[in-house]
Amino acid sequence: MRKKNGISNLYLVLVFAVLYAPILYLMYYSFNSGGTMHDFEGFTFDWYKEVFADTRLIIIVINTLIIALLSSTIATIIAIFGSLAIENIRRARFKNTLLSLNNVLIVSPDVIIGASFLILFTMVGVKLGFASVLISHVAFSIPIAVLMILPRLQEMSPTLIDAARDLGASKRDVLTKVILPFIRPGIFSGFFMALTYSLDDFAVTFFVTGSGYSTLAVEIYSRARQGVSLSINALSTLIFLFTLFLVVAYYISTRRSEKRKVAEAASRVGVPE
Amino acid sequence: MNGKSSVNARSLAYIPYYLWVVLFVIAPVVLVVYYSLFDVEGNFTFANYADFFTPVYLKMTLSSFWYAFLITLFSLLIAYPAAYLLTRTKHKQLWLLLIILPTWMNLLLKTYAFIGIFGTYGPINSLLGAIGFGEQQLLFTSGSFVFVSIYIFVPFMIMPIYNALEELNVSLTDAARDLGASSWITFRRVIFPLTLSGVKSGCISVFIPALSLFMITRLIAGNKVITLGTAIEQHFLVTQDWGMGSTVAVFLIVAMAVIMFVTGGSKKGVRR
Repeated sequence: MRKKNGISNLYLVLVFAVLYAPILYLMYYSFNSGGTMHDFEGFTFDWYKEVFADTRLIIIVINTLIIALLSSTIATIIAIFGSLAIENIRRARFKNTLLSLNNVLIVSPDVIIGASFLILFTMVGVKLGFASVLISHVAFSIPIAVLMILPRLQEMSPTLIDAARDLGASKRDVLTKVILPFIRPGIFSGFFMALTYSLDDFAVTFFVTGSGYSTLAVEIYSRARQGVSLSINALSTLIFLFTLFLVVAYYISTRRSEKRKVAEAASRVGVPE
Repeated sequence: MNGKSSVNARSLAYIPYYLWVVLFVIAPVVLVVYYSLFDVEGNFTFANYADFFTPVYLKMTLSSFWYAFLITLFSLLIAYPAAYLLTRTKHKQLWLLLIILPTWMNLLLKTYAFIGIFGTYGPINSLLGAIGFGEQQLLFTSGSFVFVSIYIFVPFMIMPIYNALEELNVSLTDAARDLGASSWITFRRVIFPLTLSGVKSGCISVFIPALSLFMITRLIAGNKVITLGTAIEQHFLVTQDWGMGSTVAVFLIVAMAVIMFVTGGSKKGVRR
């Protein structure tokens, strides 16, 4: 039994090692004064200085963040009403059709999304650049946010709404004071997923971005094609630390909301129905 | 009295979502099919489809499917035991988070790391040199393409399988063991069939993106490997032959639909 445990632990350690090795490798060489991703010559912060001195790169980072925050906010708002729309449909067949349509973009390969959006924008006459990238990110984030919000909405007991209506709440009040607070965890995770999808996207942006506008992923691609440059390593170290920070923040916040859920359940048990 | 007006207000709020469905789900597919019927000069033609059935494109499609199959198979072989062992650890939530964490780092940065690792003077080559194999050309080979793709996709395979294993009722495996089944029989007859849904959605979320990758093929495989995705990118952004690009895209969409149909609809395998 002991030996078996040893082997399985070894396997997991190996998986984790392979998973993290390339990332650590990138980070390690971001401090190499030699300028290559082999033969570590000496420790330096030069590549980090280069990143911060590169105004073009800084602007691109800001662009990427603006696109991510804006697109996930818009997508989440549309998705809230989209989920309500799906939930309100009575006929099962129509509901399932709408749900399948919702999921099309999630399972579609990025290349297809990018290429078809490129056709769409050219036909409609949207100029390729900030607008086309923003619209694309909103478009591919909506279904993910819907998938996060919808289960929460389905969990909600209809008696809650009936009770609110009986007590004289207007439809608006029902939405803002009953439904939205109840689905808030779903909204947050929807927003967060949309944010990570947007930050992570390369292929769709690559298709719909014009020549003048660029996000980080597209910029890294074009720089990486020209060969190794350790400022990319420095940048990826910074990005990794930022992601780590986001993940820890998210982990702590969901832990807290889980605790709140437990508290809610406990209080519900306490209240006689 | 404001009941009716707020009904209208609410239906008004639904409009953006329905508009999204029409404009960004239905219209793009229609447009791709439409464009596939035109040649570079804008004349209506079926020539693109005729071209697709020439050996050049068929060979490319076949090799694209073959690579996607290899990538999916190896990802599954690596991911299943890992997911299984993860469910057996203490603090499994934390370990799962550590598996997911690398997926939040941009795909391109991870791919870029392999340019260094597989490079002529990189660590793998120094290792090979130390063992006595000498320097090998690793970068720009199909092997390195498959390896990097597996590296990228393994977490996406682990997640759904992990979820399926978590949903598995422990008493079922206990019962099997009590009734005298060996661990292999328990696995083959009980655990694996019950986690098949996770395996399926894992395979879908690896196979379809693997068909359409183009940045990894460009950065790691040079032009040794051409997937359907590479062909689409090439036609749309390099040769500007949108008709042919759309035709390849139509076949990718058809392949996708067939895969989804055969596997009986995905269970929302989130993440490309």
